[in-house]
Amino acid sequence: MISRIIPRVQKYIFFAMVVACVAMAAYLIRLRNRAQDRLQAQSTRAPTEIAETAASAPKTVTLYVPNDLDDSLTAVEWSIPMPADRNAQARVLLESLMEAYRAPDSTHPMNVTTGIDDVYFLPAPQGKRQSGDKGELAVIDLSGALVAAQPSGIEPETLTLLSMMETLHANLPAVTEVHFLVDGQPRETLAGHADLMRTYLAAEGESQGGGGR
Amino acid sequence: MRWIEVAGALGMTAVAAGLQQSPPAPQLPQAPGMPSVPAPAPPVVQPPRFVVVVDAAHGGDDTGARLSGGVLEKTITLGLAARLRSTLHARGIEVVTTRQADLNLPPVSRAETANEARGAACLVIHATATGSGVHLFTSSLTPTANARFLAWQTAQSAYVTQSLKLESEIDSALAHAAIPVTLGRASVEPMDSLTCPEVAVEVAPLVGGHVTTAKPVTDAGYQAAVANAVAAALEQWRSDWKQ
Ligand SMILES: [Zn+2]
Repeated sequence: MISRIIPRVQKYIFFAMVVACVAMAAYLIRLRNRAQDRLQAQSTRAPTEIAETAASAPKTVTLYVPNDLDDSLTAVEWSIPMPADRNAQARVLLESLMEAYRAPDSTHPMNVTTGIDDVYFLPAPQGKRQSGDKGELAVIDLSGALVAAQPSGIEPETLTLLSMMETLHANLPAVTEVHFLVDGQPRETLAGHADLMRTYLAAEGESQGGGGR
Repeated sequence: MRWIEVAGALGMTAVAAGLQQSPPAPQLPQAPGMPSVPAPAPPVVQPPRFVVVVDAAHGGDDTGARLSGGVLEKTITLGLAARLRSTLHARGIEVVTTRQADLNLPPVSRAETANEARGAACLVIHATATGSGVHLFTSSLTPTANARFLAWQTAQSAYVTQSLKLESEIDSALAHAAIPVTLGRASVEPMDSLTCPEVAVEVAPLVGGHVTTAKPVTDAGYQAAVANAVAAALEQWRSDWKQ
């Protein structure tokens, strides 16, 4: 009865869509498992990498250090031992930034020792590099300690995010987009202002970084 | 996805009024010895209403930042908004506020109030303990052309160019009042959903220097200086703004 009411073409379309849905679900589950495997492998490797860090030769990196007084980011060159693994490199870069935040003469004072729980990379959904290669989305998992230490305000919160994005983009140019989590979970804002639900373009600071007169 | 219709009702009325042909004045038979009656003036095109929306950020459970002396940001923003409202009223500028009490107000309600008011300028007031002077922010959205329907979450993109002009006028007025200013782009709710030229005005303490004397955000004189400068900028904006 029903088969007579529904035209054959619509039935084919319906079954084709069901097949497409199942295939997409299977693909997403595979991607998720792969990301989980990567994370697991990374967390088990982490102690060795940190041990390697001490042994590896120092490398000159560029950190974008915020200044609360004039709402600017200053490129500062630091020489730090860099591990071979990119995830570990990203963590070392961001933890070095935390060191700059908590320095006695800091221009963006924040009393935070371990600000980053994890950093991992996924193919960027939209971003492409100038070379035409597909960019990467860096997911920065911030620690609850960083959020607790973050001064509340549009300016200080935006500067923290921009300094991390600019630092990653400058040293790992394949990173085109950045998304933030806090203790592994999505969170609305960093400390009441800067939006953490959206995905940022990593080079956003270059075009929108503020600056006083 | 939520959409906002932005058919400028006031603009449309003005255009319609402009296009409307005035009927010829009736030729009344004139009684001898009576003075002549001037023909009625053609209808005047009413300029769009100039309304400023002032949003005191935070409120209720959302206390915002903790400022010097334990004062909460939500209290400072409410006081600053009230000060700005009376300063603007004194200059003959109509003001719509999103809140006048300490209450929970979600970003979507703030955006609805602002968008319904069809503001010529929307100011989102914040305060912070970090930095010095006044931080001005516009939305980080990329400017786009205006359209009849705008996606709720990115509606501001059609107004970013105007927002930057408004920011520049406020920047000049604050500089004229010798208040340090920083300019930036930010992603803070509800800014991306507002369909008006908008600027977030974040007031930080004044850090003492060779030009400035240190003042906390709670200082009444400092707050009055900021409100006066912003009101002067909006008075200028009234002549420069085009709907
Ligand atoms: Zn605030």
